[in-house]
Amino acid sequence: MDEKRPVTVIRPKSGWFDLPIKELFRYKDLILLFVKRDFVSLYKQTILGPAWAVIQPFLTTIVFSLVFGRIAGLAAEGVPTFIFYLSGNVVWHYFSNCLTQTSNTFIANSNILGKVYFPRLVMPVSTVISKLIDFAIQFSFMLIFVVYYWATNAGVHPNWFVLMTPVLLLQLAMLSLGCGVIISAATTKYRDLRMLVTFGVQLWMYGTPIAYDMFSMGVFAPGSKYYGLYMCNPVTPIVNIFRYGWLGIGQIDWFYYGVGWMVTLVILFLGVVLFSRVEKTFMDTV
Amino acid sequence: MNTMIEINDVYKQYRLGAIGGTTLRAEIQSKVAKLRGLEDPNSKLDAKQVGANKRFYAIDGVSFHVSPGEAVGIIGHNGAGKSTLLKLISRVTAPTKGEIRLHGRVASMLEVGTGFHPELTGRENVYLNGAILGMSKSEISKKFDEIVEFAEMGQFIDTPVKRYSSGMFVKLAFSVAAHLDSEIMIMDEVLAVGDAKFQKKCLDKMDDEANSAGRTILYVSHNMNTIQRLCSRVIVLEKGKLVYDGDTPGGVGKYLSVNRSDAINRDLRGIERHRMCKMRVKMLDAWLIDKQNNIYLQDDEVRFAVHWKTNADVRDLTMNVFVRHVSAATVGFSSVAFGTVPKNEEFQTQCVLSLKDIIPGSYTICIQFHEIDASGNALFDDSIDQLFEIEVMENREKIISYQGNIDNTMKMNWNYNEYGSVRLLMDVVENRKV
Repeated sequence: MDEKRPVTVIRPKSGWFDLPIKELFRYKDLILLFVKRDFVSLYKQTILGPAWAVIQPFLTTIVFSLVFGRIAGLAAEGVPTFIFYLSGNVVWHYFSNCLTQTSNTFIANSNILGKVYFPRLVMPVSTVISKLIDFAIQFSFMLIFVVYYWATNAGVHPNWFVLMTPVLLLQLAMLSLGCGVIISAATTKYRDLRMLVTFGVQLWMYGTPIAYDMFSMGVFAPGSKYYGLYMCNPVTPIVNIFRYGWLGIGQIDWFYYGVGWMVTLVILFLGVVLFSRVEKTFMDTV
Repeated sequence: MNTMIEINDVYKQYRLGAIGGTTLRAEIQSKVAKLRGLEDPNSKLDAKQVGANKRFYAIDGVSFHVSPGEAVGIIGHNGAGKSTLLKLISRVTAPTKGEIRLHGRVASMLEVGTGFHPELTGRENVYLNGAILGMSKSEISKKFDEIVEFAEMGQFIDTPVKRYSSGMFVKLAFSVAAHLDSEIMIMDEVLAVGDAKFQKKCLDKMDDEANSAGRTILYVSHNMNTIQRLCSRVIVLEKGKLVYDGDTPGGVGKYLSVNRSDAINRDLRGIERHRMCKMRVKMLDAWLIDKQNNIYLQDDEVRFAVHWKTNADVRDLTMNVFVRHVSAATVGFSSVAFGTVPKNEEFQTQCVLSLKDIIPGSYTICIQFHEIDASGNALFDDSIDQLFEIEVMENREKIISYQGNIDNTMKMNWNYNEYGSVRLLMDVVENRKV
């Protein structure tokens, strides 16, 4: 019977490829409980509860519609300005929320992490999952408008590419997890990066067709000088496919979508490697 | 060999000074300064004195093995490395060198209620905390009623824990950890919580786990009574090194004897006193009479002298003599009244203290001077807490002479916790068969 007992060996940090994927799976209950905790505790003692998940992107969308749509005239032609911005915001909200929160993992949870062991990756993974709930609420909100505009013939044409949505989400989750985890590994020592995250995410948004329509922008449209560079941002093809599927606007560039996946996988891999390298001793430096 | 925990030559190194929480800019500054051969602009003043490399070992080459079902106490003074060792074993941080092998699941309680979220209810927190500690959902469900019952929660289980009293909070948290199905349990002074009744319950539970359920327990505490109750073996750490590994009484003795002095002549002029002391009377010197060391046999008398001086006119002056066991429990007390003493007089007082009834062990002698003020309150004038630290050795001849009689307690080890430090004298006046 003694032979069957699992043996845990604790050694100084050594290899780079010491990935705790199997262990992560063993702690799936913990991931789910963290998701539940995040969700329940966020909306406890609020009157509107989960409705808050909708209000934030809703207000942003209104502001974008006014500033970028009406005043600057950057929205896409052919569809209502509101749905154009709402669709972009829903996608971007999920991505940026995941990114900012996972990048804060070690610092925000150092009290738990300093006292008990579990695979550290549990925390960012559960963050990414719990943000899915917010996404689902916002997405349903968006659906109402899509159906409304589709029924009223306002130029919205959902097509079979909506079936890509889960794949797009998965890629977004992986990308934000990878980026967030890289930043969180770096912030255990240098808190400066934490300040940069909010700013960086905002910059990134302007590098992604959220606030404007890239196909009507001279510099970014297909065939223009900066198109290739612009499309290397893995979020851009995702937003494009999402809008193409649900609204029927823009176009899909499969080549850059593939590039996006490559970038995503590389970032995620780098992130997880870096993270598991740091997790063993981060308590000494955080 | 059947072992549960193997710790093989483990080191944990920390860098001194502020490294965590520096900024990238500061780090670059330091690097640049180093390249140009200048002094690091970010090094702290006190860090410089520690040494050039600014590293120290919190755990310095510790090795030991623990068998299943053993309850091992880890003791040592603050900073000896106890908590660091537990952190290494519970995988919160990794060792710098060496290897630890754990043959089983570990439940570590370095803190009570880790991960409890104030907004969640007791029930939700039990599940969350259990999962953090490594249990699966179904395991927790199986144990849930037991946990709630042990924590004496009942009706409060569906209330958010932020409404709990701190006692309830701690009870629930301990209960979750105590019901983990793990082979190894690691606890850092967590039992110092809850009321006396609950503490006893916790100890009983742990005792039970170690003895009947065969769980291995590592327990860190400063409370020697709990250590003596719970642990069959003790490891003493000192400055990161293992200095003792063996039975409990020996380990406790080792721990308590660190920092003890064997002075027989004490100059008390320069010693800082408690701020309560009015110093209207001051002890200047004290010494043990006709002794070369501080070791006494059980039948001996401690003869000591105190040299003291009055700085003011004092009324109702009294000298108190306390004999304390090394665990700080007072064993006996005696006092002498000097009455009214005028200002600026010096005295040498010689005393003889009988040790006849005190069992062998380490003791301290403490002396206080106090007076009674006009309203009848005691005013402390001077007090020295550890004036003499003496070792009382057992007198072999005495034991042999007892053996012929009815007394068997002297033959076995005197259980300090059970019997106390004073052996009361009793004569059997009749022992008649009825």
